[in-house]
Amino acid sequence: MEGFLQLLLNGTALGSIYALIALGYTMVYGILRLINFAHGDIVMVGAYAGLFTALAVNGPAHPDLFHFFIVLLAAMAVSALLGLFIERFAYRPLRNFPRLNLLITAVGVSLLLENLGQVVFGATPRVFPDIMPSMNWFQFGQVAITNQQVTVFGTSLFLMVVLEWIVLKTKLGRAMRAVSYSHEIASLVGIPTDKIISFTFAVGSALAAAAGILVCISYPKVDPLMGVMIGLKAFVAAVLGGIGSIRGAVVGGFLMGIAESMVVGYGSSTYRDALAFAILILILLFKPAGLFGKYQPEKV
Amino acid sequence: MQKRFGWVLSLLALAAISCGAKIDPNQIRIGEFGSLTGAQATFGISTDNGIKLAVDEINAAGGINGKTLKVISYDDEGKPEEAAVVVTKLITQDKAQFILGEVASSLSLAAAPIAQQNKVPLISPSSTNPKVTQVGDYIFRVCFIDPFQGQVMADFAMNNLKAKTAVILRDQKSDYSMGLADFFVKRFKEKGGTILLDQSYVAGDIDFKSQLTSIREQKPDVIFVPGYYTEVGLIAKQARELGIMAPLLGGDGWDSSKLYEIGGAALDGCYFSSHYSPESKDPKVQDFVKRYQAKYGQVPDALATLGYDSVGVLAAALKSAKSLSGADVRDALAATKNYPGVTGNISLDANRDAVKPAVVLKISGNKASYVTTVNP
Repeated sequence: MEGFLQLLLNGTALGSIYALIALGYTMVYGILRLINFAHGDIVMVGAYAGLFTALAVNGPAHPDLFHFFIVLLAAMAVSALLGLFIERFAYRPLRNFPRLNLLITAVGVSLLLENLGQVVFGATPRVFPDIMPSMNWFQFGQVAITNQQVTVFGTSLFLMVVLEWIVLKTKLGRAMRAVSYSHEIASLVGIPTDKIISFTFAVGSALAAAAGILVCISYPKVDPLMGVMIGLKAFVAAVLGGIGSIRGAVVGGFLMGIAESMVVGYGSSTYRDALAFAILILILLFKPAGLFGKYQPEKV
Repeated sequence: MQKRFGWVLSLLALAAISCGAKIDPNQIRIGEFGSLTGAQATFGISTDNGIKLAVDEINAAGGINGKTLKVISYDDEGKPEEAAVVVTKLITQDKAQFILGEVASSLSLAAAPIAQQNKVPLISPSSTNPKVTQVGDYIFRVCFIDPFQGQVMADFAMNNLKAKTAVILRDQKSDYSMGLADFFVKRFKEKGGTILLDQSYVAGDIDFKSQLTSIREQKPDVIFVPGYYTEVGLIAKQARELGIMAPLLGGDGWDSSKLYEIGGAALDGCYFSSHYSPESKDPKVQDFVKRYQAKYGQVPDALATLGYDSVGVLAAALKSAKSLSGADVRDALAATKNYPGVTGNISLDANRDAVKPAVVLKISGNKASYVTTVNP
C-alpha cells in the first residue's frame, strides 16, 4: 500500500510536468492545427535559461522561493521570446501553404534547436544549480513528500488555473477561441489574428519553460537533447486527452505520468517508453479524437 | 566569374593542404577516439589528458627508435555511430597506424570491427566488457574485464559489508552495465546471496523514483548500480530522497568528478571498484600523480591513468616489434608481459585482456578514498 501511494505521488509530480508541456502542444494545435514538434526543445532552452539565471543570481546560496521565482520568470520570458521568434520567422510565412509544409518546418526547427544547443552549450550535460535543496515535508510511514514535489505540483496547478482563466474569462481568451474556430471569420469581426496567434505561442512556450525548470529542480541535469523524449511523451499526453482541448491536456499529462510510474513500479522498466506509445495507439483505435476531443469529420 | 574562380582555387588549395601535409615518415601516427563531449565527457577528456601526457613524455625523451609519436584525436560524442565514423576516418584519411580508444564498451564495440578489418591494432584503455577483445586478434585492452570486476564487488559486498541480499539497477542500453550486472549476480548467487529484484533503466532517463520505490519495498542490504556517473548521481539523490539508506555499489563507470557534482552528499557511504587509487603509496603512482597535476592541475582519475598506460604498453610494443607494420606490432602487443604500468603490472592473456588487480573505493565528502585491493 505504501509503495502504491509513493508511486502515485511520483507519478503525479511527473504527470504535472507532462501536463504543462502538453498544454503548449494543445494550444498551438487548437489555434493553428499545427503540431509544433519544436515544443520539446523549447523546454530545453527554458532549462538552459534557468540554469544561467540561477548562476547569475547565485541561486545555490539563496535557496528561497524568491530566487526560485526569479529563475522561473526569467526562463519563461526567454522561452516566450523564442516562441514568438519561431512563430514569426518559421511558421507565419508558411501559414497559407499546405499544412504538411508547416509540419515539416516544425520538425526542422526542432532539429535546428537541438543541434544549435549542442554547438552553443556543448553536448556535455550540465548540472542544474541546487536552488531548492530537497527536504522531506511530510512523512506518512514510508511515504515521503518532498518540498520539490510540492513545488512542482503547486506551480503546475497554479499555471494551469491561470491559463484556464485567461482562455475562458478574458477578452484575449475569447479572441483566442474565436481564432481557433476560424481565422477568416475572426479577422472579419476585427480580431487581430496575427497578434492572437503570437500570443498563443508566447504563452505555450512560457509554460514549456516553466516545465523545464520544474524538471531541473527534481532532476538536476540539463543537456541539449533533454527535450526530445519529454516532449514526445507530453505530445502523447496531449493526443491522449484530445489534442486541442485544454482540460484534455491536463488529464492526459497526469494519466501519462501515473501510468508510467505504475508500469515501472509493478511491471518492468523495460516497457516504460513502450507504454507511452502503446497508450497512444490504443486511444487512437478506440477514441480517435482522444478523451476530451471532439471528433470532426473532414469537411469536403 | 572572377570571384567564383577564386573560390574554386582556394578550395583546391585547402584540399591540397589537408591531403599532403600529414604524412611524415619520421612520425608514428596514433589515432585516438573518445567522448570529449556528451554524457560521458569526463571519461574522454581524462583519457585524452593521460594519452597526451604519455606521448609528450615519450617524445621529450627522444621518441621511439628516432621517430616521434603524433596523436590525432576525434570526438565521438559518446555515440556508437559516431565512433564508427571517426575510426573509419582515422584509418582511411589520417592513415593512423594504431588506434587508442574508448572507455565505454558500447563505443569500443562499434569501432573494433573496423580496426580489425583494416588490420590496425586497437588498444582500449578502459573498456571492461569481455566482448570487446573477442572482436578479433587486433583488439587489445590494458584494463581488467567485467567478470573480474563483478566478482570483486560481489565478494566485497558479502565479505566486507556482510550483505546477504542485493538488488540490481542496470542500464539496459549499455553493454558495460548489462555485462557487469550479470557477473555480479552470478557471483553473488554462487556465494549464497539472494538477488531480491533486478530493475533497469535506460541511459538518458532522469526519473528513477518508480524503480527505487519498488526497490525500497524489498529492503535490500546493498544496491548494485553498474552504470555511468551521470545517471548514478541522479539515482543516488533520488534514493536518499525516498529514504533508502542501503549503500549503492558500482564499477569503474562511476569514476568521475561529475559524479559528486550531481550526487553530492547522497553518495556518502557508497562504494565502487576501479583501476587504481591516487592515494596508493606506490612511488610510481605518486610520481605520476605529481607529473599529471603539474600539467593539468587536478588529480588523475582511473581513466586518465589507463590512458597513460595504454600509450606505455603501445610504446613498449613498438620498441620490441620487428617492424612498425600492423601485424608485427600486433604480435609484440600480444606478447606483453609484466609491463610496469601506473595501474599495476600489465600482462596480456591469450584473450588480449590485461590481468591485474582492482581497487575498491569508498565515497565520503565528495571524495573517493582507498579501501582495499583485490588481486585476480
